[in-house]
Amino acid sequence: MAAAGGPTDTLPRWASLALLPALNISAALLLSGLVVWLIGEDPVEAMVLLVQGAVGYPEAIGYTLYYATSYILTGLAVAIAFHAGLFNIGGEGQAYIAGLGVTLVALGLFGYPWWLVLPVAILAGALFGAAWAFLPGWLQAYRGSHVVVTTIMFNFIASSVMVWLLVEVLIAPGQQSPESRPFSPASVLPAMHTLFGAIGVKIGNSPLNLSLVVALLAALGFHIFIWHTRWGYEVRAVGHNETAAVYAGIPVKRTIVLAMALSGALAGLMPLNEVLGVQHRLLVNFTGGAGFVGIAVALMGRNHAVGIVLAAILFGALTQGGSELAFEKPAISRDMIVVIQGLIILFSGALENLFRAPLARLLRTA
Amino acid sequence: MASIATAPGPTPPAAIEAVGINKRFGPVQANRDVTLSVAKGTIHGIIGENGAGKSTLMSILYGYYQADSGTIRVNGREVRMADSAEALSHGVGMVHQHFMLVDTFTALENIVLGVEGGALLAAGLAAARTRLEALQRDYQLDVPLDTVVGDLPVGLRQRIEILKALFRGADILILDEPTGVLTPQEADHLFRILRSLKAEGKTVILITHKLREIMDVTDAVTVMRQGTVVAEVRTAETNREALAELMVGRKVATSHTRGAAAPGAAFLTVSDLAVRDDLGVERVKGISFTVRAGEIVGIAGVSGNGQSELLEALSGIRVPSRGTITLRGTTLTPAALDARRLREAKVAHVPEDRQRMGLITAFDADESAILGYHRSSAVSGAALLKRSTIVERCRDAMQRFDVRPSNPRLRTSLFSGGNQQKIVLAREIDQDPDVLLVGQPTRGVDIGAIEFIHRRLLALRDAGKAILLVSVELEEILALADRILVMFDGHLVGEMDRSAATERRLGLMMAGIAEEAA
Repeated sequence: MAAAGGPTDTLPRWASLALLPALNISAALLLSGLVVWLIGEDPVEAMVLLVQGAVGYPEAIGYTLYYATSYILTGLAVAIAFHAGLFNIGGEGQAYIAGLGVTLVALGLFGYPWWLVLPVAILAGALFGAAWAFLPGWLQAYRGSHVVVTTIMFNFIASSVMVWLLVEVLIAPGQQSPESRPFSPASVLPAMHTLFGAIGVKIGNSPLNLSLVVALLAALGFHIFIWHTRWGYEVRAVGHNETAAVYAGIPVKRTIVLAMALSGALAGLMPLNEVLGVQHRLLVNFTGGAGFVGIAVALMGRNHAVGIVLAAILFGALTQGGSELAFEKPAISRDMIVVIQGLIILFSGALENLFRAPLARLLRTA
Repeated sequence: MASIATAPGPTPPAAIEAVGINKRFGPVQANRDVTLSVAKGTIHGIIGENGAGKSTLMSILYGYYQADSGTIRVNGREVRMADSAEALSHGVGMVHQHFMLVDTFTALENIVLGVEGGALLAAGLAAARTRLEALQRDYQLDVPLDTVVGDLPVGLRQRIEILKALFRGADILILDEPTGVLTPQEADHLFRILRSLKAEGKTVILITHKLREIMDVTDAVTVMRQGTVVAEVRTAETNREALAELMVGRKVATSHTRGAAAPGAAFLTVSDLAVRDDLGVERVKGISFTVRAGEIVGIAGVSGNGQSELLEALSGIRVPSRGTITLRGTTLTPAALDARRLREAKVAHVPEDRQRMGLITAFDADESAILGYHRSSAVSGAALLKRSTIVERCRDAMQRFDVRPSNPRLRTSLFSGGNQQKIVLAREIDQDPDVLLVGQPTRGVDIGAIEFIHRRLLALRDAGKAILLVSVELEEILALADRILVMFDGHLVGEMDRSAATERRLGLMMAGIAEEAA
C-alpha cells in the first residue's frame, strides 16, 4: 500500500558508497581530534604523525598492509556469517585455535620448503578454524543457542586451551616463556621484501609477507562464493528471510552450519600471516584482537569483498600510524588509537545513517 | 488523462481539506499537486491502484509524513501536522490496515495506552471505562473491554482501533483498507458503525480498492492515479464501471467472461489431512478433497481457519500430523513431503504472503525470480549460477507478465505489490506445474493487475492444470473457482458448485453457521 521509500530518504549509489563513509570517517576523526586537544596535544600535529606513520615511507606502508592482511581475513570471516544473518563474534578464538593447526603443520613438516608447507598450513588453519566455529553453528541451528553468546564463550575457551597447551605441552624444552619452538626458516612464508628483492625490485623491509596474496585470493573466493554460487545464494536467502528460505526448500539448519564453518575457516587463515609469516612460532595471544577488528572491518566494508579490503587497509593504517603516534607522543597512548577506532566504528556502524537524511536533502536541492 | 469532475455544491468549511499537496520520495513523486476536500459529517471514499498515492496522502493528513509543499485545513483553519499527536489534537485519527495493538493487553489497556492519565493506572482505567461505555453505546461498537486482545477475532480488534481513535477525541476518522480481513458479515457491521458515526456528525475517510464498498457506504469519492487526483465525484452520480475506468485509466472488465471447466483426472487428492501449527495446535483437522486437471477449486474462509497451514502442508513447508497426499495417483511418502521434492514433482506454490515468504525483498528481482528453483540446471551449473541466463529469463518473464518496471536488476522491494505478485506468479507458472497452489493471489494488488492475474490463472486451468485457490476475498473465489470448499475451524464445512454459490450463503458458512442443506 505505502508509496515507495518510507521515512528513510534514498541516496544515489555513489553517495551511499563513497561520500557517506567519507563523511562518517571525517566526523570520527574530528571528534578524535577533539579528544587529543582535550588531553593537551595538538590535534593537527597528531594527525600528521598518524598519517605519516601509516603511509609516509615505504616500511610504514608495508606495516600497514601487514596489519591489513589479518583484518581482511577476519573481516571476510565476519561478513560471510553476516550474510547468513549470524553475528560471529568468535573470529578471535577461531583464529587462535587455527594457529595451533598452522603450528602443528609447520613443526610436523619441519625443514620442508615453504611452498609445500603453505598449502597444508592453509588446509589445517581453515580446518581448525572451521571446527571451532562449527560447534556454535551447530548449537545455533539445532539447539537454538544464540551464536553471539556461544562464540563469545568459545573465545574464552580457546584462550584457556591455548594457554594450557603453550604452558604445559607445546612449550619448547628449557624455555621460560610460553611459546612453541621456532619453525624451520625454510618453512616459513617469505617476506614481501625478499620476494620483490629476488626479482630485483626494492621495497622497504617490513613484516608484510606472502599471506597478503592469500588474503586477496580469499577475498576473491568470498566474492564468487557469495554472489555467484548457489550455496552463496542460499546463505544470503537464509540471512535475509528464513521463512522464504524454508519456502524455497533451502535446508536452513545446514546452511547456518555451513556459513559458520566457512566463517571459521576464513578466520583460521589469519595465523598464516602472524604465525607462519612473522613470528615463526606459536605465541600466547598472537591474534592481538584482529578477530574483533574484523567485526568493524566487515561493518564498514558493508560485507562486500572490495569494501572489506579497503576497510582493512584503513584499520591497518590506524594500527600502524597509531603505534608511531604513541611512540612520538607519549601523552597519546595506544589506547588513544582504540578510541579512534571505536569512534570510526560508532560513526560508520551505529550512527551510519546520521548524515544520510541531511545529505539526501542537500543533494535534492543541489 | 480523464477530465476532472469536481463535486458541485456549496460545502461550508470542509472538515478536512488538503490543497496543492506535493510529496516526493527520492525519484518517486508520490503526491503531485493533490487537492482533497471532505465535507463535515460525510463518509468520503478514496480509491486508487497501489502506488496511486492514497496512503501517502493519508499519512500526510495524520502527520506521519510532512508534505514537501501544500496546506492542510481542518474546519477551515490552516494547521500544521508535525506528528500524529498533533493530528489528533486537531481531531484527526487513523485506523491502520495493520492493527497497532499489544496482543497481551486487554482491550481497555490498549485503548488507554499512551493516555493513561497519571502514573497509577487504576484511576485512569476507571475513568476511561466510563467514557468508553458511553462511546460504545453511541456507536454500536460492542467491544469486550476486559478480554486480552490476542484472543479476539480481527473484526473486534478493528473496533478497538476505532474506539481508541474516538477515545482520543477524533472527529475525523481515517480508515485504511478496513475490510481486508473481515467476513462479509463483519464488514456489514463495520459499515453500520461508520453510518452511526456519520449520524453523530463525525467525518469518515475510507481508503479502499473495493468498489462495492465505495458504492455501498460513501457519500463522495476521490479517485487517485499516479499520485494525482483524477476525479472527485458524488457516489450517487457514478457507478462501479466508471470508477474502475478512472482508477486504471482504461476500460476494465470487472467480471470477465470464462469458459466452463472441463475437469479431467484427479491430480491432487488429499485424504484425512491434519496439520499442527508451530505451537502444536491442530489447525487442519482431518480434511479430504480432490482437485482434478482443468479445474480451479477455491477454498473460502475467514483467514486463520487453517488455510495457511493447509497450503504449507501441501507445499512441503509443514509436516502433516496425519493423512495422505496423492499426486496423479502416486501417494507421497513422508520423505517426499518436502518443499524441494514437491517442486520437482511439479507442484508449484504461490504463497499467501509474498513479502514474508514468496520473495526475498532484499534481493534483486532476477534473484527473487529463481527462488526455489535456484538449483535447477537451467539456472545453475555444478556450482556457479548462470548469472546472464538468470537476468535474461527474468527480463523475458517480466515482459510476458507485464511487470513494471521491467528491470531485472532492481531490488525486489522497490516493486509495487501487484508487480511483486506478478514476479512470483511468473516464476511458478513458468515451471509448467501440474498442480498450482495459490494463496491470496490478489491481496494488496490493484484492479488492473487483479484482472491480469485472474486471466493467467484461468489460462492455466484451460491448459489442463489443477489449481487450488485459497482466498479470503469472496469476489475472487466467485470469479475464479469452479468448485468451492468452505473452511472453518480446520474443517471443510461445505462444498458447492460455483453456480450454486452466493455471497450470503458462503458468508454464513464462513462464520461457522451450519447449513442444513449443505
